[in-house]
Amino acid sequence: MSSSMYAHIRRNPRFAELVEKRTKFATILSIVVLVLFYGFVLLVAFAPGLIGMRLSEGSNMTFGIAAGLFQFVFFWVLTLVYVRRANGEFDDINNEIVRAAWKDEK
Amino acid sequence: MKANVLPRLAMGLLALSVAATAVAGDAIAQTEKQSLNLHAIGMFFVFVLMTLGITYWAASRTKSTADFYTAGGGITGWQNGLAIAGDYMSAATLLGLTAMMYTQGVDAYIYMIAFFVGWPIILFLMAERLRNLGKFTFADITAYRLDQGKVRTMAAVSSLTVVCFYLVAQMVGAGQLIKLLFGLDYVVALFVVGALMMVYVTFGGMVATTWVQIIKACMLLIGGTAVMLLAFSQFGFSFDELTTRAMEVHKLGDKLLAPGSLLADPVTAISLGLGLMFGTAGLPHILMRFFTVTDAKEARKSVLYASGIVAYFFNVIALMGLCAILIVGTNPQFFEGGEIGGKVIGGGNMIAMHLANAVGGNLLLGFLSAVAFATILAVVAGLALAGASAISHDIYSRVIMKGKASETTELKVSKFATIGLGIVAVLLGIAFEKMNIAFMVALAFGVAASANFPVLILSMYWKGLTTRGALWGGYSGLVSAVMFVVLSKSVWVDVLHNAEAIFPYTQPALFSMPIAFLLAIIVSKLDTSAAAKKEIEAFEDQYVRAQTGVGAATAAAH
Repeated sequence: MSSSMYAHIRRNPRFAELVEKRTKFATILSIVVLVLFYGFVLLVAFAPGLIGMRLSEGSNMTFGIAAGLFQFVFFWVLTLVYVRRANGEFDDINNEIVRAAWKDEK
Repeated sequence: MKANVLPRLAMGLLALSVAATAVAGDAIAQTEKQSLNLHAIGMFFVFVLMTLGITYWAASRTKSTADFYTAGGGITGWQNGLAIAGDYMSAATLLGLTAMMYTQGVDAYIYMIAFFVGWPIILFLMAERLRNLGKFTFADITAYRLDQGKVRTMAAVSSLTVVCFYLVAQMVGAGQLIKLLFGLDYVVALFVVGALMMVYVTFGGMVATTWVQIIKACMLLIGGTAVMLLAFSQFGFSFDELTTRAMEVHKLGDKLLAPGSLLADPVTAISLGLGLMFGTAGLPHILMRFFTVTDAKEARKSVLYASGIVAYFFNVIALMGLCAILIVGTNPQFFEGGEIGGKVIGGGNMIAMHLANAVGGNLLLGFLSAVAFATILAVVAGLALAGASAISHDIYSRVIMKGKASETTELKVSKFATIGLGIVAVLLGIAFEKMNIAFMVALAFGVAASANFPVLILSMYWKGLTTRGALWGGYSGLVSAVMFVVLSKSVWVDVLHNAEAIFPYTQPALFSMPIAFLLAIIVSKLDTSAAAKKEIEAFEDQYVRAQTGVGAATAAAH
């Protein structure tokens, strides 16, 4: 791919917008995952009592197991949310940018 | 020519397997597990025939290097999602994690979360850039704007290191498992695995490897789910009843549901978490899968499906392990000498198999055994393909021939490389038979997280990375990860029989990853050469391609 094509894309303000939006979105989601997961690991290390605590009297569902199950489900939902937005909104902007660049090239 | 060789090879293999079955027959006579072996062997034969059929079909579609390495880039998100999940759920996952849940309770569940949580991160930070920048191997990305020869050599060396460690772990596990399940001799078992893997990969390339992986993933999901449902139904699908009774009989008692020894100190816990999370993002056979799909859209979808399947299956395994505490753990039939609490027949890894036997009889046991064997085969094939591509695409085609190799010779080299790796895998499997290989997987993930991941992520995100920085980062990550593991308890004490470990932690990632990152960054910053300046300038175009996919390798037309 020629450098001029890339230069066209770079000059398109929509490109900066796409990169900013997508980077921001991906960063926020990553931070959510990292904070929740490493927060959980730290709890396991420093507050094992809390992890082993039962959520209600007479039930064996502990805080740790519930938090684990929550992470499996929630992190997967986050991947769904990201894929939906990236494959929809972001890809639409992307296609628009690429089409505009092709037109400029000609 | 290919079409003629394949049936003959298939016939030869079949003959070999039949001979092996005969050998197994002798071995069976000496043990007590006759009927189970027949079921398992029968079902395994069906699997092998089916996959050889697929390989035959795939061989006719594997003409170019793109077909061989990436199935021509024509795999859909769904197919790739299943294949990634299949690559990730090795026999060690099914057998090892069930056993871990059985012995350590909730600790194993925490471990599984760490195993899973790399996937969303791969999606958010890497998936689309990988697809947009890569072609055949991840070195295509790290070497994109850096010195091809040096950076590719480094990437290939660390790829091959990871592949070899992972292969040894799989092969030794395979030999022991097959010996036990099918009554085959350890060495014969390794030859069967090695031979089948070579046939899949050399003839069918990525097309066959992907389909073998997909079939296996489906079998694994069906088998695991069936065992879990049958086992859990014995407790009326009640988590409370299951866990209450499990705590009554388990030697951990109440502690079964509380964090215990596995993650005792915070350093180990965090180091393990880092290693598993970023190791996943640096495994060459997983990264390679991102190049098999048509575009970034499908790459993202494949992570969505793969992570969903992995998350589901880990929960199935957790339930299997808990159910096994009661169903296997209180049944004298599964202990040597009928002594409950003593040594489990076949060793700790057999918990999942015993559970299948207890809830579904020989038929389910046979099915799960066949699944375990299929799993090993599929994972070994994926690893061999990743290793072969590092040799033929990175080292031969780009470093030695400087991109001037013809496609036919590159393809030939990759096939010889596959055969070479197959032989190496069998030999290593024989050499390590008697050793405790538990550290091998930790080592593979440690090296992947410390040598592959830092350079890969920096090359995609940081414009300042230069060739010199990448080399320092990559090699220091590789050396430090290996050193830390060798000096830790798992090798220094358990394998080399020294009195005390020099490095106090068993997980290297928390230490080796910062070393790699820091050296890569510092050396890059200090690099004021003209080449470095050019490399930094080239980031702009790479960045646009990474973001938009313009100029990305496209699916080959079929």
